[in-house]
This record gives sequence, structure tokens and C-alpha cells, in this order.
Amino acid sequence: MSSETTAHPETPPQVAAPDSRFRQGRRLLGDNPAIALTFVFVALFVATDIINRAQEGRPFLTLAQVSTTLLFAAVLGLLSAGQTLVMLTGGVDLSVATTATAAAFMISSYGAHGSLVAILIALGVGLGVGVVNGSGVAVFRVNPLIMTLGISTVTLGLLTVYSQHRFASLVPSFVNKMGSERFFKYIPYDLFVWAPVAALIILGLRYSGIGRMIYAVGDNPAACRLAGVRTWQILLFVYAACGILSAAAGILLVGFNDAADLAIAGPFLLPSVAAVVIGGTSIFGGAGGYSGTILGALILTVLDSLLTILNASPALKQMLYGAIILALAALYARAVSSD
Amino acid sequence: MSLLEARDVAKEFGPVVALRSANLKVDAGEVHALLGANGAGKSTLVKILTGVLRPDRGRVEVGGKAVSVSSPARAARIGLAPVFQDPALVPDLTISQNLRLTRASVTAVRRELRAMDLDVDFSELAGDVPLPLLRMIDLARALTRDPQLLLLDEITAALPSDLAERVVHVMRNWRERGRSVLFITHRLAEVIATCDRATVLRDGRDVGTLVPTEGGERKIVEYMLGPEAAAAEARAIQLDVDAAPASTAEMEKRPAALEVADLRASRIDGVSFTLRPGEVLGIAALEAQGQDDLFGVLSGQRRADAGEVRVGGRPLRARHPYDAIRAGAVLVPADRLLALLPQRSVRENIAAPRYNRFQRWGPIHLRDERRRVGDAIDSLQIDTRAARQVRRLSGGNQQKVTIARWLASGFQTLLCFDPTRGIDVGTKRQIYGLLRRLADDGAAILFFSSELAEFPLVCDRVLTLYGGQLTAELPGAAADEASLLRAMHGLVPEQAAA
Amino acid sequence: MTSTTATVERERRGFDLRRFARRHGWTIGVYMLLLVLALYWRSSTNLPWGPFDVQSLAIDALPFAFAAMGQAAVIISGGIDLSVGSLMSVANVVAAKYMVHMSFREALLFSLLIVLGGAVAGALTGAVIVVTRVADIIVTLAMLFVWAGVALAVLEVPGGGTPLKYQNLVTLDTVGTKWLPKALPIVVVAYALLWLTIRRVRPGLALYAVGSNRGAAYLSGINVAATRIGAYALGGCFSALGGLALTAASGLGDAHSGDIYTLNSVAAVVLGGVSLAGGVGGLIGPLAAAFVLTLVKTTLIIKGVDQNWAQVIQGTLIVLVVMIGGLAIRQRRQ
Repeated sequence: MSSETTAHPETPPQVAAPDSRFRQGRRLLGDNPAIALTFVFVALFVATDIINRAQEGRPFLTLAQVSTTLLFAAVLGLLSAGQTLVMLTGGVDLSVATTATAAAFMISSYGAHGSLVAILIALGVGLGVGVVNGSGVAVFRVNPLIMTLGISTVTLGLLTVYSQHRFASLVPSFVNKMGSERFFKYIPYDLFVWAPVAALIILGLRYSGIGRMIYAVGDNPAACRLAGVRTWQILLFVYAACGILSAAAGILLVGFNDAADLAIAGPFLLPSVAAVVIGGTSIFGGAGGYSGTILGALILTVLDSLLTILNASPALKQMLYGAIILALAALYARAVSSD
Repeated sequence: MSLLEARDVAKEFGPVVALRSANLKVDAGEVHALLGANGAGKSTLVKILTGVLRPDRGRVEVGGKAVSVSSPARAARIGLAPVFQDPALVPDLTISQNLRLTRASVTAVRRELRAMDLDVDFSELAGDVPLPLLRMIDLARALTRDPQLLLLDEITAALPSDLAERVVHVMRNWRERGRSVLFITHRLAEVIATCDRATVLRDGRDVGTLVPTEGGERKIVEYMLGPEAAAAEARAIQLDVDAAPASTAEMEKRPAALEVADLRASRIDGVSFTLRPGEVLGIAALEAQGQDDLFGVLSGQRRADAGEVRVGGRPLRARHPYDAIRAGAVLVPADRLLALLPQRSVRENIAAPRYNRFQRWGPIHLRDERRRVGDAIDSLQIDTRAARQVRRLSGGNQQKVTIARWLASGFQTLLCFDPTRGIDVGTKRQIYGLLRRLADDGAAILFFSSELAEFPLVCDRVLTLYGGQLTAELPGAAADEASLLRAMHGLVPEQAAA
Repeated sequence: MTSTTATVERERRGFDLRRFARRHGWTIGVYMLLLVLALYWRSSTNLPWGPFDVQSLAIDALPFAFAAMGQAAVIISGGIDLSVGSLMSVANVVAAKYMVHMSFREALLFSLLIVLGGAVAGALTGAVIVVTRVADIIVTLAMLFVWAGVALAVLEVPGGGTPLKYQNLVTLDTVGTKWLPKALPIVVVAYALLWLTIRRVRPGLALYAVGSNRGAAYLSGINVAATRIGAYALGGCFSALGGLALTAASGLGDAHSGDIYTLNSVAAVVLGGVSLAGGVGGLIGPLAAAFVLTLVKTTLIIKGVDQNWAQVIQGTLIVLVVMIGGLAIRQRRQ
């Protein structure tokens, strides 16, 4: 608490004033991401429609495609739900994809015991991974990126061993139905998982004590400490919740694919981070929310369809996602520092 | 002709004005002191002169020509060499590596050190060398650059007296060589003994330049305080404080809210006192006399090495601020950024401590929260026009929020660590009034401030802390700034001496 | 105040063993651990044991050692580089794709080009960090994916190749005795060229200064931005070398070959006595730590542990090392 604060070295504050239109755009994005994102989503959908008509001679903007987009987006939506919680506390979880893979494996190997048992075991594995991550980050103060990356590697190794000893047998029909079928032709069943979870997270972040504390820990951990908040409890909770949500995503994914393999959820890792960043959640924590992430997940799902129509390679997608994260992180960082 | 001149220099940090308009003129061949109370703007001015900060306004001239001091490296090139309180040596490199890093000659530095009668092992890691010695090395390094002007920023603070003497010796030598020294210090005795002239800053402005040997301590203190202004402000504030403090005898009967017995923790070296409900107890101290550690231990941020703390009669061994808060002792820190959630709303900030328990993780009782937060906002008159994000509030309103959160969640003992630092007079006045009102309602308040004028306005009693020990106790009414300053420097209060 | 007291002359002091032990205790410990593990490894098998085993160990450890040193340079400067692994992959696939039809000499020149490219790529990452002021860890995470994409774009399925002589550099060639595979001198030369030289001059000291205390470094007149970019460039050099080592060891290019090294390099750095907080340590400790971690896995496999289990155990050890490192930082702060 010394009164002589040391000066911020680095470089003197930026003097160059960015042009006003850019700043306005930034404001809009920073203050009200939902409107801007909805606009982007619709625009992207329409663009995909036009391109699809040109290339394949078929429309993309159909009720069936909207339904398919929702069906696909649910997995990403759940994965990035956990990611949102973690990123709100200023961390990141790089084990979400592996956790989902592990859950998928559990479903297919315990499928014979009935879907309830399989689902419980899968969620339990997710919780376990989350708790290990959480204790590393919260108690041992390991950098979240490193901790979750490490746990992800270990989990994947364990799964490899596991898959050699126990062959994935079958996916229970209930899980299968949840992950791939539709209700009334247009309403995907997985929406019955995603929608309540989304409602719970959106309301919980706003109207529950833990929700407030998640924002608080991400915004200023030192201030939380001064307010008597034991930050490790919050962090542990968040990583555990992220583990469970990732497992839920894995369950839906295996239901969709109808079989589990070691690479089933891998491609979702980067989009799970990107969806959160697109949704306007600060990469440093403390600001944002799940509604933006939902839009982020929808945008990425349509973008993925578009890239598929355009025949983009996985390599290009990867680079694109990396670039999106970087650009948006820089943009949001500037939005914060400019006012 | 003047060697260095700063004209009308101003600097703001967001809503906080660090320097309003400062002028400083250092002549060639003089030792010039820069004085001022805490927060008067000395450090900011020094940082501007040495290129660490850029001024918002005003200019710096060297030898009559305007220069732009854009970086420390640039400052060195135009002949300014600063030595800061925290030595700019990298702890994980050896001394000689540090010297090479800054292109200083090892032999020259060694020669300077030997002239100061010091012997240093240059192959030690800087982190293993004691701080006072590091400062001397830093000083020697600055001397080898042969600067026109040597800036010494509080380097004698917390230096043992023999080393401080050597610094004074160096300054005199430097003057004899026709060079100049700008000396920033709290030690008035050194100023009178060494300096040719002194410029005093107050509240971000220079209030005068004087010759220390003519008029001495008394005159300097007068300049630092600005007697009329302080008195006028005091009168204005007194009007706001309606209720008279409870009589001492009555207070003695109440059970203690906070008892500290022989507390020891890093700089704190055996501190004991008792704070009773309804009382505002002031702690006055110069910088780095252990006040940080005292408040840190009481608020549960750090642990004591020895001694006992009792809150509300029960012993408190806080391992986390949570324990102190549960016991009823809550902290209002000086640095609001340490206490606030800058991106969150006023309401969330005020309500935050309510959810620090696992039992409160569930749904929020919205009506209850709104009522409590509303009450706290009303009683502090917080301007909630920019309530969506606390970082957009003014400094004064931010500080009110940090107090309001404790009103909303309840407490017995309020630990205020310099709660009015860097906020405007109007808000300060409201905060004094609030503290008095809280005390009259039965709260116990421990109050540290770097602004001495606040003590007689707010406190029933004032303790002075010097070198980690309590040196004097003054009744609030008698804690005028001159007496405080003396006691804070470890000198005997005037009445006793007379 | 004239100096009359006699000053003790302590300038030319002999080698201070105790101080050396205190300062380098951790590094010495890592080398002891390496020795113990090596002995254990030697004694844990009844099978005939020869230069071949030493060589396969060296081949395994070589890319890891480069990754660890690159990561160490960045972490010493106060940053962290999560793109190490995928940058290695890029170097690996670029080398394998274009070296197929090259002569040995051309391949060597091309390698030099790739190392330079690695430096440029690292500098780019550093520049993005300095300019955007986004945290190191986020920028390098994004770069991890960007480089991974680039690697995939260069070579979608494993393939390519190198001149045989190029592979022999690390797989067959030895120096003097059959027991000293050339891989070891290669590491030592790279270490000496890229690090010992820099360590001795001002920019190298600046690296420590910036990592130790950016404020103090700035006040000492150091160009903080340039130093940070330089650290990433150095890291990029080492990553490229690591990628080339992968190419030489396998003779193939694989866009995923570098994946494991991002995390492994961080673990080796922590185990090697470099604080994640920056400013402390050297490259020699992480170098040994890379060999230790490789040996752990090799020994496990020799002991009959399934390859995948060995991977899991190694991973768990790495996580534990990082956790203990985290605790150590906490202790130090208190």
C-alpha cells in the first residue's frame, strides 16, 4: 500500500486517435455485442444462402437448415458455456474437447448398462477432470492455460490406454436420439438440453451470488480478497462446472456421431474459445456473458457451413479461428483502454 | 542562469490531479530541496523531470532551452541523473552485470563507492545486497555519469544514519564541483543542514522558494501546510460535523472494539493500543513507518509475527480478509482500484461482500439487496449517473462506493487507510462527516491519513507511528499539524519540550 | 569526512563454492537427477546395451531440448510462448516438404533459412504482443493455432523427406566414439552460439532485466519493447531448430509432430529452475530437464510399461512439476 506507485513503464499512453468510425464500431461492439452479433449472424446466413445458390443451386436459408444449424450448434454451445464461465474468471480451459471426448467414450462403453448409468458416469468423469483442473488453478495457482493443457494431455493419454482395453461398444438409443433426432421435424432434441442450461447460466450469472462472484473474481481478484471472497472456492466451482458442461457436450456429440473415437471432439476446442471471444466476453475476465457466446456459437456454426461449401481445408479453418481470436482480443483490449 | 527549469508543469491521472501547475528553478552549483507533504506532487514532478512520465502541460528547460524529456535514457543524455527510493537495479543480475546493463564503468563505480568509504562485492546478485547498500550503489552509478544535475528522490528515507551522512557528504562535494543537486526528502534536518534553497509544493502547486537556513523548520512547515487555507477548510468542515464526540470518561467504560497488544510484523515492532466503540483513533506516520503492515495485519491481508489482536473481545488470527470481516473488522484502502470491480456496476460493487460465503451462492434476494444498497447509496450521497461501470465514476464517488459496501454488509470496526487520498475537497468533507456520524452511532474507526489536517477534524485521539513503534499520543483537538509533524519525525512534541 | 578507515580489498576473490552452490543449486540438482536416472536406466535392463540406446535417447531428446531452450529464453524475459509446438511443426513440414530432392549441402543451407524464418516468426509474435498489448499467453495461444493451420496447409498428411545424410546427422553420426551421438554436440553448439554469446552482452542482460522487473529495466534506459521482441525471436530460432531436429530424426514431415512440445517445454523450463515469473535461471537447466523428462519415459518403456501409459505418467509428472512450480512462486511472493 505504498503511496509512491511505480510508474507504468512500457511505452507512454497511445496518442494516436483512431478514426471515429472505427471507434464507433468498437463502441457498438463493446457496449452492445448482442445487436451487432445478431446482425452478423443474419448477414452470414444470407451470404451463405447466396453462395450456396450460386454453387450448388440450392437455397441455404430454409427452415430445415436453421434447424440443422441449431442441432450442430448445441454441442459447441455447451462446450463454450463452460468456457464462458472459465473465461469470465480470467482463465481459459483447454481441456474441454478432451473432456467431451472422454464423456463420449464413457457413453459408448457403458451404453450396455442403460443410458442413465452411462450418462451419470460420463458426467462424473467430466466433474472429475474439472475438479483436477480447478484445484490446480485455484489452490496451486498454476496458470490456467498450462494446467488445463497438461490435464488435457494426460486425459487423452488415459483415453488412449483405455480404448485399447475396452472397445467402444454401443451408444444407447436415448443418447442417440437426443444427439441427432428432431421433434416435430424442426426442433432438435438437443435443444431440450441446451435451452435449459442456457437459461440457467444466463439467469444464474445475473441473479445468483455465485454468478456475481464469478464476474468479481475475473474483474479484480485482489478486490475480491479484500471483500472477503475466497477466490479459490469460486475458481474450483467454475472449473468443475466447465467439466460437467463439457461432458454434456460430449454426450450430445456421441449421440450425433453414434460412435466414439479419440478425435471426436478435438476440432471443437478452438471454436469453443472463439465463440466466447466473439460473444464479447473479455479475455481478461469480468465482463461479458453467455448470451453473446450463444450468438458466437451460432455464427461459428454457420461460418463452418460456409467454409465447407467453399471447400476450405481444415488448415485454413484453423488459421482463421486463430486470427479471429487474435483480432477480437486486440479489438476488445483497445475498446477497454480507450475510454 | 538557471540550470534546470520547470514551468507550469501539470499532470493528471484520470480524475486525480497530481500536479496542477508546478514551477521549479535549480541554479548551477546549488543543492536545491524539493519539499511537500505526501501527495503534494513531488514524485510526479521528479518523474516528469526524469522522463518517466510525460507532462500534460508545461515545459522543461535545461540551460534556458526547452527540452523534451521523453524517456529516462533521454534524461541521462541531457545531464540529469536520478536516484530513486527504489534502486533501479535488477535483482536477478549481479552488481557488475547491472552496471554493464546501464553502460556504467565498473571501475568508476568502484572508485566512487570507495570515495564513500564503501566496499561492495560486485559479483553478488543485486537481490542479495541489502537495500541501503543498493541505494548507495545506485548513487555511485549516477555519479559516474558526471551529470549536471543529480536528482535524489527520498534516498535518505530509511537509510541508516551513517549512510545518510555519506549521501549528504556527496551532495556537498557535488556542489563544490560546480554541479547541482535536487534533493527530495522528508527529513527537514538534512534540508536545513545541506540545502541552499528549497522549493515547497502543496496540492500540486509550488507555493514558494526559500532559503532553509533563514527561518528553519518552522517556516518550511508553514509553507508545506499553508496555514490560512488549512484553517479555512477546517472551519468549513467543522460545520458539517454536528455531534460532539463522546467524553473520554464515558468512552473508557465501553468494552474495547479492537485491542492490539505488542504486535510485530515486518516493519511493525511492538505496537499496542485499544480502540473503543464510538471512537475515531488516528494513526499518523511518515511514509513507510509500518502503517501498511499494521492495517494489513488488522484486515487479515498478512499475518503477524507475534503479538495479539482482539476484535470485539475475541482473539483474531486472520488468515484471510474473510476472517477479519466475519469478526467485524473491515478495510477501506487508499487505492480504490484495489477494492473495486472496475467493470461492474455500483450495485454489484456495493453488494459484493454479501456473497463472500458459500451459503450465499444461491439466488439473490433482489428486494433485500436493492434496499440495502439503496440505503448505503443514500447515506453516502453517491452520484449514480454513471452507475453501470464503477470505473467511469469520479475518484470521490469510487471511494464512497468502497465505504458503502461495508455499510450495506455491516461491520463493527472500520479500518480506513488514507481514505481521502486524491479526492476533491467536497467529497473529503462528506467522508469526514460520515466517519464522525458512524462513530457516534457506535462504530469504532481506525484512521490513517497522509493529510495531517484531517486528524483534528476526524479523530478523538491520534497515535504517531515512527520506525514501527508508537511514539506519541495526542488528543484529537491538540493534534495540530506542527505537533504531528514533530512527533511523526520522532521528535518530542513542542509542549513537552518547552 | 575523509576516509581514514582501511577498506578491505575483496576484489580478486577466489572461486566461492558456497555461493556457486546457492545460486546454481537447482541446476546442479537437475544434473544429479539426470545422472541418477541415467544410471537407473542403464541398470534396469538385462538386455545387451550399447551405443544404440544412447543414440535413441539423444534422438528423442534433441527436439525436446531445443523446445525447452526456446521456451526458457522467452520465459526469462517475462513472457511465455505457447506457439513453440506448432512453430516446430511448421519448421518440420517445411523442411520435409522441400528437402526431398535437395542435396545434403542444399539441405543445410535451407535449414539455416528455416532457422532465420523461425526468428522472424518469433519476432512477429513478439511484435504483436508489444503492439496490441494483449497478454503474451493469449497472443501465443492464437499463434499456436495459426501456425498449426500453416503446418497443415503445408503438408496435410505426413510425408516428405530429407537427404539421407541429413538424417544421419542425428541418427547415425557420432563424434569420436560410438557412444557420443552427434546430436549432443549439435545441441551444445546451438546453445553456445545462440545463448552464451547473447548472455554475455548487453541485450542478453536486458533480457533478464526485462523479465525481472520491467519498471526497473525501463528506468535503466533499456528498450523494453525491443528486448521482448528479441526474446521471442530467439525462442523462434530454437523452435525452428527443434522442428529441424524432428525432421532429421524421423525423415518425415508431420503437421502434428510438434504438438506435445508446447506443454513439455514449459515443464522442462520449470523443472530446469527457471521461474515462470521471469528473470531467473538459464538455458542449461531446462536443457538437462528435457533429457530428464525424456529419460523418464524411456525408462518406463524399458521397464515394460505400455508406451501410452508411459506418456500418461510423463504427462502427470509434468503437471505435478508445474503445480510445484506454482507453489514455489507463491512461497517466494510471501
